[in-house]
Amino acid sequence: MKWMKHDKLERNSLLLSGFIIVTVLIGGIVEIVPLFRQETVIEPVEGVRPYTPLELAGYNIYVREGCYNCHSQQIRPLRDEVVRYGHYSLAAESMYDHPFQWGSKRTGPDLARVGGKYSDEWQVAHLKEPRDLVPESIMPSYEFLLHRAAKLHDIHNHMKSLAAVGVPYGEEHIKMARKDATAQAIGEARTDTSGLQERYGDNVNARDFDGNPSMISEMDALVAYLQVLGTMVDFEAAKNVEGNE
Amino acid sequence: MSSSALNEKYNYDVVRLFTLATVFWGIVGFLAGIFIAAQMVFPDLNIEPYLSFGRLRPVHTSAVIFAFGGNALFATSYFIVQRTCGVRLWSDKLAMFTFWGYQFFIVLAALGYVLGVTQSKEYAEPEWYADLWLTIVWVAYLVVYLMTCIKRKESHLYVANWFYLSFIITVAVLHLGNNISIPVSLTDAKSYSAFAGVQSAMIQWWYGHNAVGFFLTAGFLGMMYYFIPKQANRPVYSYRLSIVHFWSLIFIYIWAGPHHLHYTSLPDWAQTLGMTFSIMLWMPSWGGMINGVMTLSGAWHKLREDPIIQFMIIALAFYGMSTFEGPLMSIRAVNSLSHYTDWTIGHVHSGALGWVGFISFGALYYMVPHLWGRDKMYSTKLISIHLWVATLGIVCYITAMWVSGIMQGLMWRSYNDMGFLEYSFVETVMAMKPFYAIRVLGGVLYLAGALVMVYNIYKTIRGDVNQKEQNLQAQGAAA
Repeated sequence: MKWMKHDKLERNSLLLSGFIIVTVLIGGIVEIVPLFRQETVIEPVEGVRPYTPLELAGYNIYVREGCYNCHSQQIRPLRDEVVRYGHYSLAAESMYDHPFQWGSKRTGPDLARVGGKYSDEWQVAHLKEPRDLVPESIMPSYEFLLHRAAKLHDIHNHMKSLAAVGVPYGEEHIKMARKDATAQAIGEARTDTSGLQERYGDNVNARDFDGNPSMISEMDALVAYLQVLGTMVDFEAAKNVEGNE
Repeated sequence: MSSSALNEKYNYDVVRLFTLATVFWGIVGFLAGIFIAAQMVFPDLNIEPYLSFGRLRPVHTSAVIFAFGGNALFATSYFIVQRTCGVRLWSDKLAMFTFWGYQFFIVLAALGYVLGVTQSKEYAEPEWYADLWLTIVWVAYLVVYLMTCIKRKESHLYVANWFYLSFIITVAVLHLGNNISIPVSLTDAKSYSAFAGVQSAMIQWWYGHNAVGFFLTAGFLGMMYYFIPKQANRPVYSYRLSIVHFWSLIFIYIWAGPHHLHYTSLPDWAQTLGMTFSIMLWMPSWGGMINGVMTLSGAWHKLREDPIIQFMIIALAFYGMSTFEGPLMSIRAVNSLSHYTDWTIGHVHSGALGWVGFISFGALYYMVPHLWGRDKMYSTKLISIHLWVATLGIVCYITAMWVSGIMQGLMWRSYNDMGFLEYSFVETVMAMKPFYAIRVLGGVLYLAGALVMVYNIYKTIRGDVNQKEQNLQAQGAAA
C-alpha cells in the first residue's frame, strides 16, 4: 500500500525535516522571486523621488507612532475609493518606502494622497488635538510632537543605510542632509532653498510647517512627510498625455 | 508510574515554567487587548506618547501571539515530544536557555514598542537586535526538539511532532526572510528593511499570513493531535487523513499571503495565485478539523460530560469556522468589501480566541495535573464556568465585528441619489461606536473566564482538594 511509503519519513526525523523545508519553500519562491524583476512590477512614473531628509524624519515618526495600525496608504482601483481619496495608488509611489506603509486597516481614512489636501495649520491643529477639529474622532493626540526637536543630527546615517538598500541618495544628498533639512523647515521665505530644490526638485515644500520658527520640531517633520504623500506624481499631466495619444 | 518517577524520566521543570508563563502572558495579552479596545471607545484613554493605540497595538498582538501562544507551543511541544518519543529532552540546559531566552525576547520586544522602536511590519515589529536574539533562541529550540526526536525510543514519530517540526522550521524560514534589514548603526535601534514598496508588501504578507499558518495553526494542530486523543482516550480518527492534510496544509498555506494585498499595486497574477490557494486551503484545514472531531467516535458521551473535551471540540468548531471564513474573505469581490474593516479583526479573533485560545486552555487543563502530580484539576465546575463565560465573550466579540465591519464597508461605498458618496469618513467612525463597546464587553468576559482558570490552576498546583465536588462524586458513585 502506498501509504506505507510515508513510513520512511516517520522513521527518519531529518528526512522529514528536509521534506518539510522543500514543501514550504516552493510557494514563497514562485510568488516572491519574480517580483524582483522590477521592470515587470513597477511601471516607471515621472516625479517619484526619494524623501528629503526632513520628510524621511517624518516617515520615521509615522513608523514610530504606529500610524500604519489605523491608516492605510494604498488606494484601491474601486469607484468609491477613487472618489474619496483620489487616483488609485501606483507601485512606483511606494518604491522608496523601506518598508511599505500600505497598512491593513482603516480605523482612520487612507493617507496615500493626503498631501496638500489640508493646510499645514489644519494638520498641526488636528495632530495636536484631533477632537478640536473632528469631535467624533477617536485618534490619539500628538501634541508632544510640537515640543520635541526632530532627530536630524544623524539623518545622513539613515540616508546611508537607505542608499545601501537601493534608494538613489548620492554623496551630495548625504553630505548636505542636515543643511537640506534645516532649509526645508525654515522655508523659502526666510532662507536659501536652492540647494534643496536642486537635489529634490522645484516643487519641494519648504516652509515652517508647525508655525514655530524657533525650533525644527517633530511636528515639522511629520507634517512635511504628510504633505508630500501622493503628490509626487502629477496625474493631471499624465491624463493629458494619455488623452493626446 | 508515580509522578516523581516521571519527573526523573522526563524534563518537566522546563514544561512547568513554560506553562506558568503561558498563563501569565495570556492575562497580560488579554488585558492589553481590552485596554486598546477601550481606547477606541474612549480616546482619552490614550496616554501619549508611551501608551497610545499606535504603540500599544503591537504590545497586544505580540503578547497574545508570541507570548501567550508561543509559550503554550513551547510548553506543549516539550511535553508531547518527551511523552511520544519516550525520552527526556535532549539537553536540560539548552531547554532552560530557550525558556529564559524567549521570555527575554518578549520583554525586549514589548519595551521597544512602548518606546517607539518598531519595524512597522505587522507581527514582525521587533527591531533587528531583538530579531537576532530570537534567531539564536529559535535555533536552540529546533536543536532541542529535533535531537529529542532523533534519539527517541519509539520507532515512529507521532503525528503531533510532524506539525510541531513544520512549525519550528517554517517560522525560522519566515523570520529570517522577512527581517532582512540594515541597522542605521550598531548602537542605533533603528533599521531599514532591505525591501521596499511592492516587494516588501509581498514578503511581509508571505510572513504575516504564515505566522498565522504555522505559528497559530500548524503548531496548535500538533497540540490538538495529542491532547484530544489523550483526553478522549481514543486513537486519532484517520491516519491517512492526517498524512494527506498535513502535507497539503503546509504546501498550500505558503501561497496564500497575497490575499492580504488584493486590489493593491501588487501584480494581479500574484493576487490571483494567493486567492486560488487560499480557497484550496479550505480543504486541508477542514481535514484537520474532521480528524480531530471524529476522534471522539465511540466516545461522544464525553462531549456531554467533560468540559476539557468541550474546550477542545469548540476550539475545532471555531477553527472550522474561521478556516471557512478565511477562504471566503480571500475572494477578491468579498475582499473588496471586507478589507480595511473590522470584519478582518473579527475573523482573526474567531481564530485567536476560539481556536488558539480554547485549544490551549484545553491543553493547560490536561497538563497541569500531570505536571504537578495531581489526579485532576481542582474544580471541574470552574472549568465549565470558564468555558461558557469565554464562549459568550467570543460571540459578543465576533458578532460585533461582523456587524461593524460589513456596515463600515457598505457605508464607505454607498452613494446618494446625486451620485456622490453618502457618508463622510468620520460618520462611519461614529457608527462603529456601539460595536466597539460590545467588543470591550466581549474581551472582559474572555478575561474573566481566564481569571477563573488562573484560580483553578493555582488551587490545583497548591494541591487543594475540592471537598464539595468530591462529595458529589462519591454520592453519584453510591447512587
